[in-house]
Amino acid sequence: MGLTRRQRSTITRYAIYAATLLLIGWVAATTDWAKLQESFLDWQVFRQLFPEIVTRAARNTLIFTCFGFSGGLAIGLVLALMRLSTAGPYRWAAALYIEIFRGLPALVTIVLIGFVLPIALHVRVPGTYGPGSLALAIVTGAYLAETIRAGIEAVPKGQMEAARSLGMSYARAMTSIVIPQGFRVILPPLTNELVLLLKDTSLLFVLGTTEETIELAKFGRDAVADTFNGTPLVAVALVYLAITIPLTRAVAWLERRQKRAARA
Amino acid sequence: MSPNAKRMASASAIELVALEKRFDALHVLRGIDLRIAPAEVVCLIGPSGSGKSTLLRCVNRLEEPSAGHILIDGENICAQDCDLDRVRAKIGMVFQQFNLFPHLSVLDNLTIAQRKVLKRSKAQAEDKARKVLDRVGLLHKVHEYPARLSGGQQQRVAIARALAMDPEMMLFDEATSALDPELVGEVLAVMRSLAEDGMTMMVVTHEMGFARGVADRVVFMDGGVIVEQGHPDQVLGDPQHERTQRFLQRVSDR
Repeated sequence: MGLTRRQRSTITRYAIYAATLLLIGWVAATTDWAKLQESFLDWQVFRQLFPEIVTRAARNTLIFTCFGFSGGLAIGLVLALMRLSTAGPYRWAAALYIEIFRGLPALVTIVLIGFVLPIALHVRVPGTYGPGSLALAIVTGAYLAETIRAGIEAVPKGQMEAARSLGMSYARAMTSIVIPQGFRVILPPLTNELVLLLKDTSLLFVLGTTEETIELAKFGRDAVADTFNGTPLVAVALVYLAITIPLTRAVAWLERRQKRAARA
Repeated sequence: MSPNAKRMASASAIELVALEKRFDALHVLRGIDLRIAPAEVVCLIGPSGSGKSTLLRCVNRLEEPSAGHILIDGENICAQDCDLDRVRAKIGMVFQQFNLFPHLSVLDNLTIAQRKVLKRSKAQAEDKARKVLDRVGLLHKVHEYPARLSGGQQQRVAIARALAMDPEMMLFDEATSALDPELVGEVLAVMRSLAEDGMTMMVVTHEMGFARGVADRVVFMDGGVIVEQGHPDQVLGDPQHERTQRFLQRVSDR
């Protein structure tokens, strides 16, 4: 055929568009819209979820996420510094922790903290949000440790040397010079971890939820059971997105601003 | 001898005694003895791999010597009880790659160690920062970030950062080697003016013109030992050793 490469690629592209539209059209035509609306988009059911879904469920999800992430950052930072230590035992202990809690399903860790720990050691984590937050922090810490370590290692060695040559101690040089630069590097993966954690709060139901600690996913499933209708799940999904999308957009904006500052 | 008497007995700002450095199998420094008097400017020259940068980095123990002693103002800084951070605070160091802190403005680059190490007040530190920036001719860049400066400007800020600590001596580790040729002059000019003001300086350099014009003494190193040292006119103009002659021949051929 007498077509140029560009013409051929244009034809291919439009063929893909057409096929996609056909597929969407076929799905829309074969869907039972009346049934779907009745089961998942019932306005009456939807309205009844408010304001509880926000003032109680979303609020608790955010509280667990905040506690879990701050705790996870602290644990991850300590583990990262241990992994970078010159002392073998520190490195091995940190590696062991990371392997275990990154390898275990989060659900298992939550059960460990919530039920095994109280029985085995007679230690009960205090606070309404205590056990759940701690379990999430332990899991998140294991994931963040390797990310933070990579961030610290990405900072050129000369930065530490310059800081030490000015008389700063190792700890001072780390906190004032190296760690702030490391965190800029790992901002995108940190956001990723935050979003994953937000969704992992849905596993906390195994601890047994009370009115005080119920989070979004459990709230949604309870409402489904009460109403014999799927609409609450759709509502919960929308609330999750209403939290994560602005969050990731905000971080992306922050990142763009930093890149501009570094380049300009 | 009491520590005080020991300090009195030594008139050297920097004294290296039988210094050795090994990196595993690599024997980089093979017994260096060197004394540098206060206000003296010493240039270290030699082929790459001769150990001159390693020697310089041993002076403030960024590199840990394998054997030997380092005395700063007569104080043995290899001693167990030596407060290394305090000693480093009075030894300014300038690096080949500048190593400015990219997340901090020029002003913060110059004040952070003053605040955290010397415990100066914010006002005191900023006052000092402006003075030393003015001295290197960059007072107008005080609120700029390092990334927005040229290489020569960054290195002058790095010198100012060291000067803000009121150091007793300065170490320069190939301070102009990473610069575009047309930016070398402005950095050398700052170094020259420091030398004229009586700063004790140890300078690892490939700039033979600077060594000839500014140094009180030139030390030629090769293979981890000091081969020859003396007045620049003598070492650079009339070298006695064959290795020195060959090195200078190669450098002037460039």
